[in-house]
Amino acid sequence: MSEAAVAHYLDQYARLPQSAPVWLNGIRAAAIDQFRRTGFPSMRQEDWKYTDVRPIIKRNFLSVAAGADAARPELLDGYTMQAWDCHELVFVNGSCRSAYTHIRDLEQGVILRSLAEVLRHDATGIQPYFEQVHAKSQSAFDNLNSAFLAEGAYLYVPDGVCIEKPIHLLFLAEQRPEPLVGHFRNLLVLGKQARATVIETYAGADSAEYLTNTITEYTGAASAHLRHYKLQQESLRGFHVGSLRATLGRDSELVSHSLSLGGALVRNNIHAELTETGAAATLNGLYIAGGKQHVDNHTCVEHRVPHTTSAGFYRGVLDGNARGVFNGRVVVHAQAQKTDAQLSNANLLLSSQAEIDTKPELEIYADDVKCSHGTTVGQLDENMLFYLRSRAIDEKTARSLLTFAFAEDVINRIDFKPVRERLELSVAGKLPDTELIRNFMA
Amino acid sequence: MLNINNLHVSIDNKQILKGLNLAVQAGEVHAIMGPNGSGKSTLAGVLAGRAGYTVTAGSVTYDGRDLLTMEPEIRAREGIFLAFQYPVEIPGVNNIYLLKAALNAIRVHRGLSELDAVDFLSLVRNKLKLIKLKEDLLGRSVNEGFSGGEKKRNEIFQMAILEPRLAILDETDSGLDIDALKVVADGVNSLRGGDRAIILVTHYQRLLNYIVPDYVHVLTDGRIIKSGGRELALKLEEHGYDWVREEAAVA
Repeated sequence: MSEAAVAHYLDQYARLPQSAPVWLNGIRAAAIDQFRRTGFPSMRQEDWKYTDVRPIIKRNFLSVAAGADAARPELLDGYTMQAWDCHELVFVNGSCRSAYTHIRDLEQGVILRSLAEVLRHDATGIQPYFEQVHAKSQSAFDNLNSAFLAEGAYLYVPDGVCIEKPIHLLFLAEQRPEPLVGHFRNLLVLGKQARATVIETYAGADSAEYLTNTITEYTGAASAHLRHYKLQQESLRGFHVGSLRATLGRDSELVSHSLSLGGALVRNNIHAELTETGAAATLNGLYIAGGKQHVDNHTCVEHRVPHTTSAGFYRGVLDGNARGVFNGRVVVHAQAQKTDAQLSNANLLLSSQAEIDTKPELEIYADDVKCSHGTTVGQLDENMLFYLRSRAIDEKTARSLLTFAFAEDVINRIDFKPVRERLELSVAGKLPDTELIRNFMA
Repeated sequence: MLNINNLHVSIDNKQILKGLNLAVQAGEVHAIMGPNGSGKSTLAGVLAGRAGYTVTAGSVTYDGRDLLTMEPEIRAREGIFLAFQYPVEIPGVNNIYLLKAALNAIRVHRGLSELDAVDFLSLVRNKLKLIKLKEDLLGRSVNEGFSGGEKKRNEIFQMAILEPRLAILDETDSGLDIDALKVVADGVNSLRGGDRAIILVTHYQRLLNYIVPDYVHVLTDGRIIKSGGRELALKLEEHGYDWVREEAAVA
């Protein structure tokens, strides 16, 4: 099956127009070569031990041909953040739709455009920001992403500039007769002391079957500050493989919130390189899955120099036959003294069929460091349940309240109100019996 | 109101209550005293409906109905209230929302209309004064970050709002300093009377200086072996439990 699938994507690649800049053609060619050699990952590989990607492999997704703008996407109203005065780029079925893109009053020197547009015009400026982070092992999805690289968002913020409005990158997938794949590469570049908030939303029509294969590369110069949100709300028949790769310079800070609610099979990777003193990464995450959903979160933080900080805080709620995977890796290199690294992952299993495979991996080669990790897997606390019921709250409502409260612990860390509120609604819609919570809060 | 008849209860096949009898009428205050491990908290838990207990024999009726088959929330709605020995912290569940939901669930069950926010808040303000609880605690998650004394006071505050018919106070005095004890006792005393019955489960007689019971029962080894009035508590304070056990053994 895998050979046939590899042949399928090689064939797709062969049909690509060679219109990109020469240096980019080099990246693409190297990536497809790599893909040809390695094929798709199997569960025999440590990195994919608990995630079987055969459902993705067997579907032979078709690459999207950049077409003319079609009708207004029905999904747009449900996911746009225009009401909150954002800059917004909208991608539908793999390509940017300029008709729905709203970018107004950008600060001096800031560039915010679709990658396709940048590649058509002046692409040399972006070259240094590609492939900044070399993940331990590039997977087939990374290679395919590079090979088909054509679309995404490009943000450049010059030194000292703070972007006032949040930037919303909205990726929508519609129901199509043939299953499509959208490969996105977002490049976020923040200069010294630059600040920005970027929200990526991935969503699809209810029954749409498609693959989102997305990579966001972030380069933060000294004292840059990025707040990054990823709202993964793909269709329950959609597939999603996505990565955030960050390189943080001196005193620069990344606060990432990865919120994974949708998708049939989802893999979220975060790889953060703390390359200069004072760099700090905060990785918050929430995954909620039910039915037969499978959601896999891999995070990796590399502390390469002294005095860097990372904090990972992930929570998962799994119901039905859902399966979750959490792999949190922290590497403290020998010279990275005074590293402060914390990692925690807590999971709530709401059904006896739900499953979580969770593994914190600390590799510490320095001796003067402060590192901690903790992982829990459990059911709802019986003492709490009884306390609520002894106060006249019926069992269903009590369960729902405690589940919501567990998820809220992550949601409350979001300091950007529109995202927090949207997420609360989505989470409430996703958990069992949450309509009862609304009565409770009334 | 409450009739406990020959109650046998085990936890994990270990027999804790071994034929307990107790009758509580409306308006009465009963103190149940006993050494550690005698089954006091088991009794409180069984009455409130905590899981994990197996009733192997006997019965408990409340207003003539079988209490043991009722779910905990139904017992609460029927007017039973347990003030916990160790009130649990519930992060993310707001104190005041919980209390309003609890009160309205009970009111609806009794055929009364739900209280709106305005009426509810004025009720809360009145009762706060009674229990001397800081108002800002109410906006927090249930018991989260409360001191030991604040947790106990919060229990009595909830009781004051919910106005139960049968209140069971499980070791409410433990961990309280004398000032807090007086406040809690004042709160309980203000709720005393009418058709409300109160069961005080306690290890020490100290609480009974402030809440004077109508009846005192000695619970040892899963049974009530002696009952009396207030003076029994004082005698226990002075002489301990051994003489009661010996007396019971002889009988």
